[in-house]
Amino acid sequence: MRESQKFEKSFDVQGGSFQNAGNVSGQIKSILKEMGVSTDIVRRVAIICYESEINIVSYAKKGTITLVVTDEAVKIETKDEGPGIPDIELAMKEGYSTATAAVREMGFGAGMGLANMKKYSDHLIITSEVGIGTCVTMIVMDFSKILHPDLPPLTL
Amino acid sequence: MTLKDVQDILEAEVLVGRDQLQKPVKTAFAADLMSDVLAFAKPDSLLLTGLTNPQVVRTADILDITAIIMVRGKKPSEETVKLAEELKIPILSTRYILFETSGRLHAKGITGCIEKVGGEI
Ligand SMILES: Nc1ncnc2c1ncn2[C@@H]1O[C@H](COP(=O)(O)OP(=O)(O)O)[C@@H](O)[C@H]1O
Ligand SMILES: [Mg+2]
Repeated sequence: MRESQKFEKSFDVQGGSFQNAGNVSGQIKSILKEMGVSTDIVRRVAIICYESEINIVSYAKKGTITLVVTDEAVKIETKDEGPGIPDIELAMKEGYSTATAAVREMGFGAGMGLANMKKYSDHLIITSEVGIGTCVTMIVMDFSKILHPDLPPLTL
Repeated sequence: MTLKDVQDILEAEVLVGRDQLQKPVKTAFAADLMSDVLAFAKPDSLLLTGLTNPQVVRTADILDITAIIMVRGKKPSEETVKLAEELKIPILSTRYILFETSGRLHAKGITGCIEKVGGEI
């Protein structure tokens, strides 16, 4: 079997200010594009990453976003220090939001972020501890590579 | 149709991207909620919006939007212009309201990047 390649990189996200919101997602999108990851996967990862970044900015003190790329999948892992989510099932509901007016002014806070993250990923796992923080793991599978393992590997 | 045609139809002012007016345009999406844009917009579409903050540009960049059309005479903040220049995303400003902007473009052959929700993603 072909040896699986792996790329991993973490980025810091500052909570509370929209000043640089989206910067990390933009960087991650560029990295994936440069790696030659297929357009559809880049797009899905960029969307889930951006919604995650907006959530860290909107609700947490600070956090990190980690990008992991293998031949068959892209993983986005976020960890933040913040209030946590008391009821994850409720938070997942489209339309549920505790966003402030400042967040709404930016065009977010319609309660669709987590739904978008679920829609565009193949796996979504949220763990959260109230008063401590939230972790979100999302995986986007590259089925073309799984179904056609002879395609050339990603160039990192 | 090109971005230049869109500019003419909407009597729009080009605030960023004067060098990109030859870009082709076929579809558009209109919303003030960025999460709606993220949920439904397709690449290479126009984004019609009344929002003017930098997150509109970020959202457009994430989705490979062809150009942002700010309606109702809205003008982007300085920060927004700076980011759009950096990310090379054209911004046009039209005095038409969102309904008129959409209607005028649709009449000239621009279609919605999706027609209705439900079914395919
Ligand atoms: N990282 C987070 N830390 C704390 N709360 C969060 C976090 N992410 C999401 N939430 C909670 O879940 C709700 C729904 O999130 P989301 O679906 O992204 O919608 P929105 O951000 O528009 O409110 C938020 O309003 C917030 O209460
Ligand atoms: Mg959100």
